[in-house]
Amino acid sequence: MSSNDSIKKTLIVAFSLCIVCSVIVSTAAVVLKPAQQANQALDRKRNILSAAGMLDENLSIDEQFAQMTTRVVDLRTGMFTDEIDPQKYNQRKAAKDASQSDELSSSEDTAKIFRREHFAVVYLSENVQGEVEKIILPIHGYGLWGTLYGFIALEGDASTVAGIGFYEHKETPGLGGEVDNPRWKGLWPGKQVYKDGVLEIAVIKGTVNPQAPGAEYQVDGMAGATLTTRGVSNLVQFWLGDDGFAPFLNNLKSGEA
Amino acid sequence: MDSVKETLTSPIFKNNPIALQILGVCSALAVTSSLQVTLVMCIALTTVTAFSNLGVSLIRKHIPGSIRIIVQMIIIASLVIVVDQVLKAYAYGISKQLSVFVGLIITNCIVMGRAEAFAMKNPPLPSFIDGIGNGLGYSVVLVAVAIVRELFGAGKLFGIEILPLVTDGGWYNPNGLLLLPPSAFFLIGMFIWALRSYQKDQVEEADFTMAKHTVAKEGV
Repeated sequence: MSSNDSIKKTLIVAFSLCIVCSVIVSTAAVVLKPAQQANQALDRKRNILSAAGMLDENLSIDEQFAQMTTRVVDLRTGMFTDEIDPQKYNQRKAAKDASQSDELSSSEDTAKIFRREHFAVVYLSENVQGEVEKIILPIHGYGLWGTLYGFIALEGDASTVAGIGFYEHKETPGLGGEVDNPRWKGLWPGKQVYKDGVLEIAVIKGTVNPQAPGAEYQVDGMAGATLTTRGVSNLVQFWLGDDGFAPFLNNLKSGEA
Repeated sequence: MDSVKETLTSPIFKNNPIALQILGVCSALAVTSSLQVTLVMCIALTTVTAFSNLGVSLIRKHIPGSIRIIVQMIIIASLVIVVDQVLKAYAYGISKQLSVFVGLIITNCIVMGRAEAFAMKNPPLPSFIDGIGNGLGYSVVLVAVAIVRELFGAGKLFGIEILPLVTDGGWYNPNGLLLLPPSAFFLIGMFIWALRSYQKDQVEEADFTMAKHTVAKEGV
């Protein structure tokens, strides 16, 4: 046994074990990557549908998603654009790429995302007459531990919230992690975003008094998660504000998008 | 082959890692609110324990004593990452629910405990079986706790409604406490009580005798 404890043997065992283990781990990661990515894509579609309140668990997700129209919006002009292919566009990568995004000044950057991409992929659900029924917008912003990525869905009037959902976040389970709680998400539908065209929606600390004036513009905060609550409020305000989708929503409403 | 059977079955009731050794309780609290998630967790833990025991046992004669814990940790951690990747690829929904707890198998005392106590001193095959046995011992407790918690906390098993809830027009008023982690403490406690009432030799000798109540005279 004593020969095992020589420095040479110790180093050899440590090195060779590390190499063997790293080969196993990296092989597993590489081999399983396609299946994981397919899962993530499916999960993303599920989240888009569920944010819009349109998810039916009994039907295939791909089938339901096929009824959605995917469009690209130029956030600088607030217009639809066909310049890029939404299938190939990676919005999260674009937000970090200097040639595809603009830096935000600290006063503009309420959601703490540093750069805003030029293009955003939005999803529209239209009824038989071709009228927009649901508008699903991607949103992201900083919470407590990291960036929350999700979707907010608006009704056809572009001001009533139809739903919200985050598909990726790093908030504390049980506290900020309650952004995933269906009960909390259920507080959103029916809330109003704009009051006479001015952004009004906010997540407040504590519980909203339903009798108070302006209750339709307010959402309950999460107990024990002040910073997550503030982050969600800021990111929703940013993305529905003038630097986010507000110009696009206005254009869409007036039929000029 | 008697000893093989013994190695496999003794950890289930006679030497249960949770009930007798009180190891690995933290994950037992966290993941047992739904039976489906619990089963996946049990399979994951059993796999990791079995293969880490196998791995440690295979190289046990070459592990330098000074770094043996680190060597065990590397083997366990690699296996946990592989299990986590497999779950992400084939059971994405459940892997999201299990979130950090799969990663925390690395620090699960049962895995480390078996590697250090059994696999370091025994040949690969018995070690592998010992890993499966201890995984099963862990699973028995977890599944029992999960059945009680999901059935009486949510009125469901595997997400299928068994007891119709009042809120859905049924008659059963669920006990919300059972869905919260502390309830698993009570249930594990009762499981241990039941097990030790049945197998009296598991009862530990008291470390001290309880003193009598303070009498009035002493309090003055």
